[in-house]
Amino acid sequence: MDPIRVIVNNCVGCSLCVKACPYDAIALSGPPGAREDKPTAVIDLAKCTLCGACVEACKRYKAIVITRTTFKGQDVAAYAGICIYAEHRSGKLASVVPEIIGAARELQKDLSAPVTAIIVGSGVRALTSELLSYGVDEIWMIDDPTIGDFDEDVQAELVAEIISEKKPEIFLGGGTVIGRSLLPRVAAKILTGLTADCTELAIDPSTMLLRQTRPAFGGNIMATIQTQNHRPQMATVRHKVMRPADKVENPKGTVVELKHIPVPKSHLEFLEFVEEKTATVNLVEADVIVSGGRGIKDPKNFALIEKLALATSGAVGASRAAVDAGWIPYSHQVGQTGKTVKPKVYIACGISGAIQHLAGMKGADMIVAINSDPNAPIFDVAHFGIVGDLFQVVPELIKRLEAGG
Amino acid sequence: MKVIVCIKQVPDTTNVRINPETNTLVREGVQSIINPFDVYAIEEAVRLKEKHGGTVTVITMGPPQAAEALRESISLGADSVYLVSDRAFAGADTLATAYALACAVRHLGGADVILMGRQAIDGDTGQVGPGVAENLDIPHVTDIRKIEEIADGRIVVERLMEDGYARIAARLPVVLTVVKEINVPRLPSLKGKIAAKKAEVPVLKASDIGADPERLGLNGSPTQVMKIFTPPKPSGGKRFTGEPAATVAAFLDELTAAGITIRKQ
Repeated sequence: MDPIRVIVNNCVGCSLCVKACPYDAIALSGPPGAREDKPTAVIDLAKCTLCGACVEACKRYKAIVITRTTFKGQDVAAYAGICIYAEHRSGKLASVVPEIIGAARELQKDLSAPVTAIIVGSGVRALTSELLSYGVDEIWMIDDPTIGDFDEDVQAELVAEIISEKKPEIFLGGGTVIGRSLLPRVAAKILTGLTADCTELAIDPSTMLLRQTRPAFGGNIMATIQTQNHRPQMATVRHKVMRPADKVENPKGTVVELKHIPVPKSHLEFLEFVEEKTATVNLVEADVIVSGGRGIKDPKNFALIEKLALATSGAVGASRAAVDAGWIPYSHQVGQTGKTVKPKVYIACGISGAIQHLAGMKGADMIVAINSDPNAPIFDVAHFGIVGDLFQVVPELIKRLEAGG
Repeated sequence: MKVIVCIKQVPDTTNVRINPETNTLVREGVQSIINPFDVYAIEEAVRLKEKHGGTVTVITMGPPQAAEALRESISLGADSVYLVSDRAFAGADTLATAYALACAVRHLGGADVILMGRQAIDGDTGQVGPGVAENLDIPHVTDIRKIEEIADGRIVVERLMEDGYARIAARLPVVLTVVKEINVPRLPSLKGKIAAKKAEVPVLKASDIGADPERLGLNGSPTQVMKIFTPPKPSGGKRFTGEPAATVAAFLDELTAAGITIRKQ
């Protein structure tokens, strides 16, 4: 039997599924199989990826079903608690960590389970008091001088060992460069599900499963995903989306050192880290970002963007159009194929607002758009839109800001 | 030097628009392309071959029409291509995909370097690269912006981080995922285009690559998509139009009223 079927008797030929299918795998067609003379949905199995979008679209008629063979999962009941991965580098916790703990503590309200943290590395004991201050109940630690910050093969091995021993039912990490490299490796070791870069996490009240919501297709669609038969349910959490955990008055959590787990030797060798201080601060952490797009017209004009960034203590961003034109390095690119940012204020100058760009900056607390085209899509997402020539508006803005306006 | 590149055929999402009336994706005229990040991986593989000799093999897991992406890979410099395609793969999440690709790589005799783009632009997960590496029990490094050197079974790469880059050495074989900074892909040559047209695309089925059927496709995928929806469309906020000095002044007043300061503190 095919894993996806159309129940012809239920299909009314409404074509909602055709529209919902992201893969162009469904068409309406007449007989054979059709009811009377009405067209019904026909699924092209060669194109279908069984994503389930049509099943969702057809909730009302229940005419499309996906059958999944329940395969061998783990003993789900043996797993309990919410565990987070405490990412760190150069002796500091990653700035995403309080956000993941914040998300875990929110889930804790529905799950009434402990929030734990895994930390592995060299000298990590020094980071445990900060971790506990965010309300973590228990830390599972491997502190070993041979574990380098970038030894992800070893870290993945140790994290997998800890998870297999401690059996948390949820395991969350940051949607950072390291988190999105380490957690997939861990998931592949312990053979469980992992959802990338979630922007929303919740506990399903009926099944008590973790509902993991994330953007896909460059933010065009959102998908809610769950891991039913495997544990832990793993997800990486997009940086700068979740509210960081508040510090607790008297941290009561404890540190458990797992000395019995042997530390293997890495196949990776860290040589050096080179900090890049282009223009201003790191885009992902910046409170203000000033971005330039196609409307900048010339690489020389990025000086104007940099000047506004300086006047706001902000970072310089760019649209894909500006990067593809070679006006500014890729490291400044904001968007689906660049960085995802969540500053307090995002100022888009001469950026039309293609979906791929919006995907990377929609999360800003406040979006300001400066564009001469009043119909530019960027104005749809902007809280404040200034319609005008950026070569007049931006210098005026800089003048006012420098004058203390 | 044997290099295998894993690519994915994706809808060109930069051209995807939402129909405001039905609130669904408008697919008409949306082409299937090689995932843009993977084009950089192919280019880097070809450059490795030019420098160190050897072969470039490009593979993809996908439906029959993904053969088109493989033909395009030939025009971009691939020596051989394989389509990993079987109904048993349908519905695979990143875990099952990584497993199947790793089986295919092993079936092809492995490689010194396995390259792929940092993520596909439809799923945006970036999880398959590390998953393939784990299944092959070899190291991986993500977000590579430069391959500095390969010598004596050791590779030195620059990995793009949020705040700079890290120089990392790895033992071969290794899986690397690349960012766009790594190179500027060449355009297909005429000779390449002709070769692409003539190329047969061999298909590897689940049984060919010795994969455990229980770990493939929908059945081998722990994650399930419960719901897909379009995010609510924003309606836009306050507009300022007119003479620049006045609009900027009005805008800054509004900003102050909203309790926001953007001036350097």
